Amino acid sequence: MDLNETPEMAAFRGEVKAFLETHRDAYAQGAANDPLAWQRLLIEHGYAARTIPKEYGGYGAEPDILKGRIIAEEFIAAGAPRGLAGQGISMLVPTLLEVGSEEQKRRWIGPTLRGEIIWCQGYSEPGAGSDLANLQTRAVEDGDDFLISGSKIWTSTAAQAQMMFCLVRTEPKAAKHEGISYVLIPMSTPGIEVRPLKTMTGASEFNEVFFTDVRAPKDQVVGGRGRGWFVANTTLKHERGMLGDPNATEARLNALIELMKTETVDGQRVIDNPVFRDRLMQLQGRVLSMKFNGLRLITSQLTQEPAGLAGLIVKLQGCELNHQLAALAIDALGELGILYHDGPHLRARGSWQRNYMFDLGLIIGGGTAQIQKNIIAERGLGLPREPKPAVL
Amino acid sequence: MDFSITSDQRMMQESLTRTLAEASPLDRVRKFAGDLTDKGGDIWKAMTDFGLAGIVAPEEYGGLGLTLLDAALASEALGRAVAPVPFMGVVLGPIALMRGGSPGQQAEWLPKLASGAVMAVAAISEPIAGARDGAGVAAAGGKLSGKALFVPGGMAAGLLIVADRSGGLHLVRGDAAGLTRILMPGIDETRRLAELTFDGVAAEPLGGGPELLSALRDAGWVLVAADTLGAAEVMLEKAVDYAKERRQFDRVIGSFQAVKHMCAEMAAELEPCRSLVWYAAYAFDAAPAEASLMAAHAKALTSEVGRFVARTSTEVHGGIGITDLLGLHFWFKRIGVNRQLLGGPERVREIAARIQGLAA
Ligand SMILES: Cc1cc2nc3c(=O)[nH]c(=O)nc-3n(C[C@H](O)[C@H](O)[C@H](O)COP(=O)(O)OP(=O)(O)OC[C@H]3O[C@@H](n4cnc5c(N)ncnc54)[C@H](O)[C@@H]3O)c2cc1C
Repeated sequence: MDLNETPEMAAFRGEVKAFLETHRDAYAQGAANDPLAWQRLLIEHGYAARTIPKEYGGYGAEPDILKGRIIAEEFIAAGAPRGLAGQGISMLVPTLLEVGSEEQKRRWIGPTLRGEIIWCQGYSEPGAGSDLANLQTRAVEDGDDFLISGSKIWTSTAAQAQMMFCLVRTEPKAAKHEGISYVLIPMSTPGIEVRPLKTMTGASEFNEVFFTDVRAPKDQVVGGRGRGWFVANTTLKHERGMLGDPNATEARLNALIELMKTETVDGQRVIDNPVFRDRLMQLQGRVLSMKFNGLRLITSQLTQEPAGLAGLIVKLQGCELNHQLAALAIDALGELGILYHDGPHLRARGSWQRNYMFDLGLIIGGGTAQIQKNIIAERGLGLPREPKPAVL
Repeated sequence: MDFSITSDQRMMQESLTRTLAEASPLDRVRKFAGDLTDKGGDIWKAMTDFGLAGIVAPEEYGGLGLTLLDAALASEALGRAVAPVPFMGVVLGPIALMRGGSPGQQAEWLPKLASGAVMAVAAISEPIAGARDGAGVAAAGGKLSGKALFVPGGMAAGLLIVADRSGGLHLVRGDAAGLTRILMPGIDETRRLAELTFDGVAAEPLGGGPELLSALRDAGWVLVAADTLGAAEVMLEKAVDYAKERRQFDRVIGSFQAVKHMCAEMAAELEPCRSLVWYAAYAFDAAPAEASLMAAHAKALTSEVGRFVARTSTEVHGGIGITDLLGLHFWFKRIGVNRQLLGGPERVREIAARIQGLAA
């Protein structure tokens, strides 16, 4: 156990601080004035796409988890926006780096990193949620192409996306997990129809997507025909890490503490109410435990030791904590907490209510809490699998 | 950055676990629990041979000079073994002397504590957990009067570190005139708690100011948290092993999702506690500004998670879980007592809020 910083890391921290100071004007209100320009600037300095090779449009640094962490910490401390995130950058890019063809890497990674292409993830179908391998959208060979028919559901950002990474059944005779391929499809291809689905937040965060004889060239299959299940699992690993990120949880805890220190009821600060204070302290203990669990994971990455349970629990615990932080914030606001639309009494632009609902979605998405428990029990504790394995 | 324990630390912990398996297997624990004349001298001997008595005492006094993180790893091993070893005083005694003792006091006591010839206990419950039944100790003119309750290991200790009502700390010899000890028979028979009565007992004041009591509290919280962590780990492991073995409806019960999810929930709650306990222990020596807050959260969180694991593991076992024969209850009770020692989670969280200026 040694959390002291080496001189090299301290110097690096100084560089990041100086960068953030110099460019403060570009993110005056916490959000970048021009997100694409901000993203390009970050890539140029190695604060986004840091370890992605230069030839694919990244910064080309050697992987260095500690520097990555310092960047994250300093950006949070400065209230500066990180680079673009989203399913393309966080999920597709790492997948292409791992299993994509050279042509696919050169063609897709650069523009994705620069925010020029938005991607959506076409996995779930009406009959294939937790049991993802049950997906039925089929792709039939037609010369150099596949013709794709079927439908996807819960597809986040499909209405904005230019591209989809999509799971389709290419080998109808193969076993459930072996007949799937992972294909990249332009959303402008004829035969694709997107219907937004309004969610409880009032926004349409996800969509239905219908495919009728959609033509997709075979060379846009990633990782080989019939290998889609393996490729999809590569991507899901990245998604789960992203969903349970302890830095995001800690930032939210800090906002909640601030809220409870400033909001008053009958002239008394919420934090001065012992019941609320205790609920806050309970959550703070949990947030801290996940923060240090995160540091432990970083160390096991550095030493290349298996993380075991410490890694398997992150999505389950992190998403649950985020939801509970939002729940406490709403309770602390009381009747103010029910306001949602613009008005003189609205707090934080209604974001606590939005998070409360959206985070419930994240408890479900990316593998539900119950599926996470199956994974923890089966892979982490060695308990027997379900009679019919339904687990990713 | 390195957020892990060293291979030396891991080896020390494994070796202590092996020593405990020899010196204090469950049958031995059971005998100690059922027989008040059993003082566990053989177990204490094995512990002192191991070096446990001097784990944090400086090397110049014959100790190992290790950190609180090392002591916490030892505490975890003791909790795993539900060992009848009053470890808190073993660590708090030397810390009190190192931080608040005069050179003379250090020279007199540290070698005896480090060798295990004398066992120390800390009677600090009242100013930390709050006074019950009017307990509390008053200091005047070098004499102590009053009562200190819930002192783990207090029946046998040769040196007492006693906190008075205003948070001052004092050294009292085990054989001092006017000191009487009564057993407080508790639910966890692996530990013997004492009620100490002081009737004008001669005491030497310790220096170190109010920070000394905070330091003893923080170290105590970390050790209790680590003990709960160890005990809860064993309860989870036992539940998982049982779930893989026990068959009902022609299946092992671990293939039923209800059972599987109970196990997954225990693991998901317990695993982050380990990281928090490590950090709290590390902070005690290496990051003093954060030490109190982290110790408080480690104590409070392991108390909550420990209770959840203790009941859930028992449930996974079905009827046999609550039998004396199986002995799972030793871990269940150990966790239950740890929850209250040096303050239950509600009180500890209130102190956590105060430490960061969120409560008056
Ligand atoms: C906000 C949000 C965004 C999403 N974005 C995307 C996206 O961009 N792309 C995409 O492809 N998908 C997306 N999804 C879909 C998501 O992956 C699925 O909703 C999720 O996998 C669950 O599938 P389902 O909705 O069909 O529920 P079901 O699988 O039908 O589950 C219903 C209930 O049954 C339980 N259950 C099911 N199987 C088991 C089992 N074996 N053991 C125990 N319990 C079980 C579940 O835990 C759940 O409680 C998103 C979902 C949400 C909520």
